[in-house]
Amino acid sequence: MKSHELMQEIFPVLQQRFPNLTLESNGLHVAKRQLVDVARYLRDELGFNYLSSVTAVDYPQRGVIDVVYHFYRISGGPELVLHVEVNRNAPVVPSLTPEFGSANFQEREVWDMFGVKFEGHPDLRRLLMWEGFAGFPLRKDWHEAYYEEEHKPYSSRFPKGGQPVMAEERTPLRDNIRLPEGWLAQDFSYDEADLALYQRMLSANRDPNKPLKTDEMILNLGPHHPSTHGVLRLAVRLDGETVQHLEPVFGYLHRNHEKIGERNTWMQNIPYTDRLDYINGMTNNLAYVIAMEKLLGWEVPERAEYIRVIMAEFMRIVNHLVATGFFGNDVGIYMTASLYGLEERELILDLFEAASGARMMFNYMRPGGVAADLPEGWIERALALVEDRLPRKIEMMQTMLTENEIVKARSVGVGVLSPQEAISLGCSGPVLRASGVPYDIRRAEPYSIYDRFDFDVAVRYGGDAYDRIRVRFDEMWQSLRILKQALRSIPAGPIQAKKLTPLLKLPAGEAYGRIEAPKGELGFYLVSDGSANPYRYHIRATSLINLGALSQLTRLAKIADVVVILASIDLTMGEVDR
Amino acid sequence: MYGWGVVKTLGIAFYHFVLTYVDEFRFKGKRRSAEALAQRQSAYGSGAFTVEYPQERLTLPERSRNLPFLVIDAETQQTRCTACGICVQACPVQCIWIERATDPETGKPARYPAAYHLDVSLCMGCGLCAEFCPFDAIKMDQHYEVASYTRPGFRNLQELSKPESYHAQIHPTAYAEEQARKAAKAKK
Repeated sequence: MKSHELMQEIFPVLQQRFPNLTLESNGLHVAKRQLVDVARYLRDELGFNYLSSVTAVDYPQRGVIDVVYHFYRISGGPELVLHVEVNRNAPVVPSLTPEFGSANFQEREVWDMFGVKFEGHPDLRRLLMWEGFAGFPLRKDWHEAYYEEEHKPYSSRFPKGGQPVMAEERTPLRDNIRLPEGWLAQDFSYDEADLALYQRMLSANRDPNKPLKTDEMILNLGPHHPSTHGVLRLAVRLDGETVQHLEPVFGYLHRNHEKIGERNTWMQNIPYTDRLDYINGMTNNLAYVIAMEKLLGWEVPERAEYIRVIMAEFMRIVNHLVATGFFGNDVGIYMTASLYGLEERELILDLFEAASGARMMFNYMRPGGVAADLPEGWIERALALVEDRLPRKIEMMQTMLTENEIVKARSVGVGVLSPQEAISLGCSGPVLRASGVPYDIRRAEPYSIYDRFDFDVAVRYGGDAYDRIRVRFDEMWQSLRILKQALRSIPAGPIQAKKLTPLLKLPAGEAYGRIEAPKGELGFYLVSDGSANPYRYHIRATSLINLGALSQLTRLAKIADVVVILASIDLTMGEVDR
Repeated sequence: MYGWGVVKTLGIAFYHFVLTYVDEFRFKGKRRSAEALAQRQSAYGSGAFTVEYPQERLTLPERSRNLPFLVIDAETQQTRCTACGICVQACPVQCIWIERATDPETGKPARYPAAYHLDVSLCMGCGLCAEFCPFDAIKMDQHYEVASYTRPGFRNLQELSKPESYHAQIHPTAYAEEQARKAAKAKK
């Protein structure tokens, strides 16, 4: 079933209850005063209990900001899209955070990037920029420091590019920066930027009936800390060793990927997606081209589909080897397990390099196929790895990490996430499946050719850090199963059906393409106005939304367990910060 | 038995430790030869995985890419670039700057560049320029030792140009396909 068919089916039911609701080509449109009621009705009566993505699109010509919600049924099926259009000059929308925990970070992001106020949000601070930042970066009239032109390719490059200017000569400290009126550098203090955070830290989750009046302390883990896996800062309020409240602070790697994406052409975005979750370039590519193909309506040749599946499953093994290996780092098998994992990863990266030319920044998928056919002997090399070496090595790592009593002591029963919470917080991938929710997009809404392969959805029921690691090992075994089938049955044939041009134009409209990336649901929400550049390019970043569960998971945990819980979620900061 | 898992883990680590020294015997002292290196780095390798760079060097796969270069045609000894600007359209970071030449006789735009600049400090090596070039004029290089004491900045037409024989040497399969395509086109 397609998304618009689902919405046509749902619409009459909804209209009886909410007569003002309208169904348009891009989804259901709802008035903002009805939004919370509609969302509640969708969740409680119609089963759309998974709020996957919240984002916004700016339309300055019409003077509106369109806030977009994507809902799913956790039992499977396509997405239901809800639009709320608000006045661009004073945008206010009721918050869904009290109902759906997954809206928390995403609404904060929309506030940060578009300036939409969410009434009733418990903690509406900026998410990626700092408090005190002037302007809303994803609005169409906001220009970045190195602004040259609205869209690439820039006219200065050709045909009169004889006098090139180096990027560093256009530094923001010369003339290419816009400061707020009356802003003086000496008046700015960094304390101001952190004030809102510390106020939040002191007030959140306070127990008024605490029996002992003990002193609490606020501790900052990071931004530079060996176990935060990147530049992530965790502000923790501690009572003794017990975590009372934890607030992740991030945005240190923020480069406004989505704004860059809107300047780029559709084709130029493919190499940029590699740099989101830099461990998993192939699946990032795949999610983006699948979203593009939804708009283009293109068919993909058989061989290309097989190549895509093979690459995606190898990528999943790579990610889980890294995730489980580095989990070992954080529970005390320092560097041993992670280096064993990296060793196998090297061999898989050799395969990727032979096919795509790069070891991490692949730039391999294309709308309508892949960039290049597999080189000679590739399948044999891959089969040697899949049938002989990887099973041995994965088993070795599994023994090392799941049977070891020290690992068990550190992770069993630590950071338990109940299935209800996992769904409400919008967790996806291994984090969701370790809590006993067998939701895998490869089965729930099959994309590519996953419906042809025989594999099981890995699921564990403990919901703790230990099960989150075990479920990753289960998934590696399932990936090996898929790889064996795909590598043996890959047909010959073309790998690209269409002739691509750099200025490929996509038909006007909008699409949401999602795949089961190794870390969870990776979605690309694309809006096209029919030109060669995206009008809106939004990424439903897996790591960001899984990170939203951290505050819940670490409540009343011990400070030493925070590190273990964080490692069991498996984040890449390049994707969190975008 | 409690503690058996820890013993197993230590056993795995010890097994890896022993394997590190097995290669010396396996290849009978020729551990650094090209064949031994290829085997050590394949799915059948078992010992230490590290490569003793720069004494040992891995052979790069044909498609391995980092920075682009311009091909000088073997027949005409001129650059193949026709200054069409397609690489500029494709370049995600917009690090290519081309000035189209004017024909000295007619004063019309000519089919060769007057200037070609590439900001190597900005180039991300994605290879889209080479993929979309309809004249096989720009190709991806495999020369990876590009560290320098100063910021490299722009490379001009001369610095970017490399002979066709170099392209044929590093991309044997792709070059053969290219030649076959050209031969088929000439036949028509």
